[in-house]
Amino acid sequence: MTVKTAPAAVAQERTPIVEMRNINVAFGGVRAVDDVSVDLYAGEVVGLVGGNGAGKSTLMKALSGAHPPDSGQIVVDGQIREIRSPTIAQSLGIETIYQTLALAENQTAPANMFLGRELVTRWGMLDDGSMEAATREVMGRLNPLFEGFRQPVQELSGGQRQAVAIARAVHFNARIMIMDEPTAALGPAETAQVRDLIRQLKSEGIGIFLISHDIHDVFDLSDRISVMYHAKIVGTVKRDDVTTDDVLAMIILGKVPEQVTVEERASLH
Amino acid sequence: MSWVIALGSGVTIGAIIGGFQGFIVAYIGVPSFVVTLGGLLAFRGVVWQMSGGAAVSGIDDTFRKLGGGYRGSVGGDTTWLLAILISVALVAFLVYNRWQRHRFGFRLRPLWADALVGVVGVGVVLFLAWFANETFWPQGAAERFAAENDIPIPEGGLLIPVGFPWPVLLLVGVTLVMTILATRRRFGRYVYSYGGNPQAAELAGINTRWVVMKTFIVIGILCSLAGAIASARLNGATLDIGFSEELDVIAAAVVGGASFAGGIGTIPGAVLGAVVMQSLRFGLAFNGVNASQQSIVIGAILVIAVGFDSWNRRRGGGS
Repeated sequence: MTVKTAPAAVAQERTPIVEMRNINVAFGGVRAVDDVSVDLYAGEVVGLVGGNGAGKSTLMKALSGAHPPDSGQIVVDGQIREIRSPTIAQSLGIETIYQTLALAENQTAPANMFLGRELVTRWGMLDDGSMEAATREVMGRLNPLFEGFRQPVQELSGGQRQAVAIARAVHFNARIMIMDEPTAALGPAETAQVRDLIRQLKSEGIGIFLISHDIHDVFDLSDRISVMYHAKIVGTVKRDDVTTDDVLAMIILGKVPEQVTVEERASLH
Repeated sequence: MSWVIALGSGVTIGAIIGGFQGFIVAYIGVPSFVVTLGGLLAFRGVVWQMSGGAAVSGIDDTFRKLGGGYRGSVGGDTTWLLAILISVALVAFLVYNRWQRHRFGFRLRPLWADALVGVVGVGVVLFLAWFANETFWPQGAAERFAAENDIPIPEGGLLIPVGFPWPVLLLVGVTLVMTILATRRRFGRYVYSYGGNPQAAELAGINTRWVVMKTFIVIGILCSLAGAIASARLNGATLDIGFSEELDVIAAAVVGGASFAGGIGTIPGAVLGAVVMQSLRFGLAFNGVNASQQSIVIGAILVIAVGFDSWNRRRGGGS
């Protein structure tokens, strides 16, 4: 079993689209991310799991530009990049889908999709027509049943809102997507919808970092799984090589499967 | 030309003070309510210092036109001209909107609905123009004007139509500009988005601090215009000019549908709110209700109006 060093078989002899090397982030004296390295290939889903406060979200904020790392390298398409702000991340094709935070609830779906990157006419006026047309076009692909292009997104269901957030990333040609608990706030039917979306994005060659608490989500969607424990990376494993119990042990005990004793394994149940 | 300098420097100072306040809110992070309250006290103190406690009076005649009244109005012919221009603009706007929606293949409003809006809108504009022109200069003033300009006074008295007052035209202009700023420009969209979810705006890559500061600058400019109208109207500036009107402003905005939680409210709504609140005050005074009772009624209506609105929202579940 490959642990810790793991270019997946599918991705051999290709350069990853993203490599995060030896990333460190500290808040005051607390190390939130301690010397963590992960990578991601095109058309691949890497599940990022770990307990609360393990540092998953902080690691991804370093990649999305929301909270740049204190030290470490981020390599995008083989080039070292300084991602100092969300705008820089976006220009590199990195888009983030947050659990709840990313939508202006009082705005319509098109306004949200283009938030910060509005289309304007020659006179600098908002071109709401073009924005709505583009939103309808993307939504037609992602979620053909989507209605409600004119109402504030707070009136939409959770799944529809997540679709708006994902549509935003798709429209701006994201090649790297960070999804932070994309199904946490959703009901079963909506979760299924978002899972389908993720598979579709993957088939379009987009690389996805998927942060999730839901081990089933992760197993269902990921090609590889990186486990974090107390700010460090425990290991990165291929989904097909492990069982859910192995991953649970990594999350809870912070040990790779080989190191877990029989007694410890039994104590998980 | 001195009035241009006066108004220009007033507006500039308004923008600077607004920017200063906005800077403290956006970049230093003091809550806006505190900064506004502190600024209210401090700047009134500054004015007091500068004027030595005395009122400023004897204002330039042209500047005084900003205050309205029969001398501060545009007169009959200009009023009709403006009314026609506004009507044409209204119709052009409706046609443009329809064409835009048609271009993208969106669902169109039925033609009769657009036509109705057009007819009613033009009707209201023309009625207001007619009404303004059916109001005439007071006889004494008209006779003095005739004597100064050697105009013979016809039988039955000289009737000079008043027309649209300058401050009302300024109000219309400001409403239009602010509506465009709020709904058709990036700036406005960012203001609403920030109000709706500051974090989302930040994560979308919007420079939210600068947006907040710009908002304060805009407010500073609008306040300076309000100050200009108030002093022109009074033909002078007293120390307590505009005193406690900030509360009327808040009431007007809230009655007009603005939300304290942020992100909700419109410019025409706020204007309508102001018209409603002031009409109420005038109406009560006109019917001989004394000042204390006016306050009671207006205060109660403010709470009831906003309470009804939030009850209605809860019941309706959103829109």
